[in-house]
Amino acid sequence: LKYSFLCVVLFTPAEGAAGCRLSFLFPVCPSDISPRNNNNNPCERSCGVSAMFSGLKDKVGEVLLPGDEFSLETEDTISLTERVKPEKVVCGPGLRRSGDRLLVCKSGVLRHKQPNMFWMDSQQRRYVPAKGETIIGIVTVKSGDVFKVDFGGSEQASLSYLAFEGATKRNRPNVQVGDLVFSQFVVANRDMEPELVCVDSSGRANGMGVFGGGGLLFTVSLGLARRLLSPHSEVLSDLQTLFPCELVVGMNGRLWVRSSSVQQTLVIANLLQSCDTMTAPQRQDLFRRAAQGAL
Amino acid sequence: MMEVCGSSNVTLREFGSEQSLLSRPDGSASFIQGDTSVLAAAYGPAEVKVSKEIYDRATLEVLIQPKVGLPGVRERAQEQCVRETCEASLLLSLHPRSSLTLILQLIHDDGSLLSCFLNAACVALMDAGLPMSRLFCGVTCAIDADGQIITDPTAAQEKESRALMTFAIDATERRVMMSSTRGSFSVHELQQCIAVSQKASEKIFQFYRDSVRRRYSKTL
Repeated sequence: LKYSFLCVVLFTPAEGAAGCRLSFLFPVCPSDISPRNNNNNPCERSCGVSAMFSGLKDKVGEVLLPGDEFSLETEDTISLTERVKPEKVVCGPGLRRSGDRLLVCKSGVLRHKQPNMFWMDSQQRRYVPAKGETIIGIVTVKSGDVFKVDFGGSEQASLSYLAFEGATKRNRPNVQVGDLVFSQFVVANRDMEPELVCVDSSGRANGMGVFGGGGLLFTVSLGLARRLLSPHSEVLSDLQTLFPCELVVGMNGRLWVRSSSVQQTLVIANLLQSCDTMTAPQRQDLFRRAAQGAL
Repeated sequence: MMEVCGSSNVTLREFGSEQSLLSRPDGSASFIQGDTSVLAAAYGPAEVKVSKEIYDRATLEVLIQPKVGLPGVRERAQEQCVRETCEASLLLSLHPRSSLTLILQLIHDDGSLLSCFLNAACVALMDAGLPMSRLFCGVTCAIDADGQIITDPTAAQEKESRALMTFAIDATERRVMMSSTRGSFSVHELQQCIAVSQKASEKIFQFYRDSVRRRYSKTL
């Protein structure tokens, strides 16, 4: 007997990036098919998966509401000569599997990435931590071996003092309460306290660590932060036509910007906060007026 | 769905809503039904006090602020109705040991207040991006002295009615999630009111879909 598996993997995308957060398989053909039961055709269920896949593909680009579902429907006529191919649908944020159905749990636009990734693109302000995402946090407590970092989530994350490049027990990093850290999540699920590190898997800092002398930290929506981080970001290229500045983008919606003067820093911060809900032409017009010195 | 008898009319007052109108909360919405107007703000998932945390679910808190004065017993009763409905539709197990707060501010009361609270709550929770398994809406029915069923009554109609019922209807199967009634009515009248509310809820769900579609129509 051949089995088809529906692999439903939950992940968090930055545009184009994917890191596995949680994965589970469930067999589309139940494993307790009795060989004597000739009516139970293993091809039947795999056709149901491709029916759901095509159902999802039809709705790509449409606005869906919580409660909309995609069900695994079996077709009435199945070709017995078709080979059973394992079909996979990878589900991202906003889509959940409940039983044999796919449930939309956030309102937004359904997006698709080849070959089989689907997720809900929604506008949100509150950040929920996910493994592998880089964020800007503020150190709030320095107790013993561990720093507590506030990143805007439901609880504070812990950052070990050894999780910095070149840190040993004798050579502690110079981190004070109130400092900004750019770090990534190494443990981030709903049941455990989130944990941050400022090194990547090979032990190098890779741009992470303490920063923050001068500059301004402000919050924007999560969608704008993701748009700034996407490859070939339009917002970023528009921003480059203005003054030279240093910009750090955290996926928790926090941005830090530093420019050559306080006034320019404030202008860039205000522009980024206001261009959140603007369309591309409006944003370019706004940036052009700022560059000309009208603002 | 039950059958609707011919003598009832399923007309709702003009309703409208606006999303993301407040800058501080994670999600906000205003809902207007005729002259009744309510503002809702949703926060979450945020930090929770250790005394209130639940180990496997989020803690949902609903606060209803009246127009004048401090919240009293009536607001507490309405809060319980809204909270039970929201807890049944939110996926609370996705955010254990967190708090979700929903604040409903009454702007003007001209009848059908509890259903306006429910509608504003649903739109605010959607706006905040909180994971929900289903949408819900609130519909109020009044039975006047002649036995006629009036949907979405005004304050004057509510005062003269002999029974007033509010139902929270869910979007996927149109079932009743919560009911709050006052007055005297027969079983048959109750069933008729439920059927009428289920029919009226379709308009509200279509309105939700249209307003969310409009919100996401701008390509950013």
